[in-house]
Amino acid sequence: MASLSEFFSALGRYDFLQSALITAIMVGMMSGIIGSFIILRGMSLMGDAISHAVLPGVAVAYMFGFNILIGASLFGILAALLIGFVAAHSKIKTDTSIGVVFSAFYALGFILISMAESSTNLHHILFGNILAVNDSDIMTTAVVLGIVILFVTFFYKELLVTSFDETYAKTYGLKVQLLHYALMLVLTLVTVSALQTVGIILVVAMLITPAATAFLWTDKLSTMLILAATFGVVSSITGLYFSYTFNWASGPAIVIVAALLFAISFIFSPKQAVFHFHNKPTKQEVD
Amino acid sequence: MLTIKNLTVAYDDTPVFTDVAVNFNAGKITGIIGPNGAGKSTMIKAILGLIKSQTGVVKYNDQSIKSVQKQIAYVEQRKDLDLSFPINVFDLVLTGTYGKLGLFKSPGKAERAASQAALAKVSLTEFSKRQIGNLSGGQLQRVFVARAIVQEAEIIILDEPFVGIDLQSETAIMKILKQWRDAGKTIIVVHHDLNKVSRYFDDLVVMNHGIIDFGPVADVYNAHNIEQAFSADLSSVLFTAKEGAQ
Repeated sequence: MASLSEFFSALGRYDFLQSALITAIMVGMMSGIIGSFIILRGMSLMGDAISHAVLPGVAVAYMFGFNILIGASLFGILAALLIGFVAAHSKIKTDTSIGVVFSAFYALGFILISMAESSTNLHHILFGNILAVNDSDIMTTAVVLGIVILFVTFFYKELLVTSFDETYAKTYGLKVQLLHYALMLVLTLVTVSALQTVGIILVVAMLITPAATAFLWTDKLSTMLILAATFGVVSSITGLYFSYTFNWASGPAIVIVAALLFAISFIFSPKQAVFHFHNKPTKQEVD
Repeated sequence: MLTIKNLTVAYDDTPVFTDVAVNFNAGKITGIIGPNGAGKSTMIKAILGLIKSQTGVVKYNDQSIKSVQKQIAYVEQRKDLDLSFPINVFDLVLTGTYGKLGLFKSPGKAERAASQAALAKVSLTEFSKRQIGNLSGGQLQRVFVARAIVQEAEIIILDEPFVGIDLQSETAIMKILKQWRDAGKTIIVVHHDLNKVSRYFDDLVVMNHGIIDFGPVADVYNAHNIEQAFSADLSSVLFTAKEGAQ
């Protein structure tokens, strides 16, 4: 394919493309890893909510010129706390509470951004603009990736046990709530990083789709994390290629690739076995 | 001895029970029986600190229950678990070591050996690599009992452990409970099948929105208490049938 070799030669020539590639790889990894925990905890909606709720933080950071990680973390955690508070102090169920809080934050974000910046920037925030990442963006993304890897390494068994059996974790005295909010904090950091590559609207896809794809292929959590990160990276690189070659917005390009990987896995993976290429253990074997 | 004094639990200002006082003895298997909604699960959840109680003191050998939290193992009802979770039988049992390991420590050789031994005790060694969704209800319940073994707890609380499981698993679990008892542990079982009460338990707590009676099975399992907790009909069926058989 001519365009493929063209992409690689461009990669050698243009710094911006190298930066984009490095960022895409890092974001693919971190969103796959954190996304795995999000889907296993049944928190896909929460992931979506937090990723949207950081918008006012991004706007405020633009307005006052400080690091968007700080602004976004602040609003992300605030949203998570508020969602928990509303659900705990009323008869409203958590999913409803999520809907109310995140849409309010999102709306506030739009208003703040329209006050602060031109519409071009808004477009980039919404759909991602990976070809415009600069060195400081790369540094920030690398720091977030480091935090994600450290967090998951040090708290692996706690994350496993609270995702699987929270009641049991509580009975032996684990601070389950604290871990939940720590995960939410890391999630907001990942969201901000993913914002550059896929945009705020599609962050949730990067969190959920590669993780869901990985889930179809394995019965082991550690393998799932590695696979999810791999699928995230493959989607990011391939998406970046399409984005550069066909001049598509990077976010949709990456997300479509991730969705394709999911579709292929859905058909061929052993857990799904839509066409029964693989033999599932039969009931007789189980008993 | 596990002592509970003036325990009150209410959901939305409707008390499930008020001022409950009851003791659980070490070296005994204590059954808790009562009709649906009697507050059996609520009481054990309050003991475990999973739900807030309005009033009450729970002590184990005169220490506050909080300070001996890692000495309690809980085998919960399985219905709320995600059986598609990517975890196999061995790794699930291994989570039983997490409490005593504490933060930042990974399970090592000793923990893995203990988990392997516990799986052997419930005769599930050959299933250790199997994903938990591919087990029968009885096998899964034995896996959770194996996790409780690994916890090396002094108090073991089981909520309806025999519901929906095969007889083989029930017998295997009962064997473990008796081993625990003989090791001097405190075993508490929430139970609904009245037929097996005298066979399974040493002590009994009869509940219906509070404690009707508690003590050795021989003293407590009688027509009067069953009538109080359940109904006169059930009581007469159970106890006249028994007398007739003698």
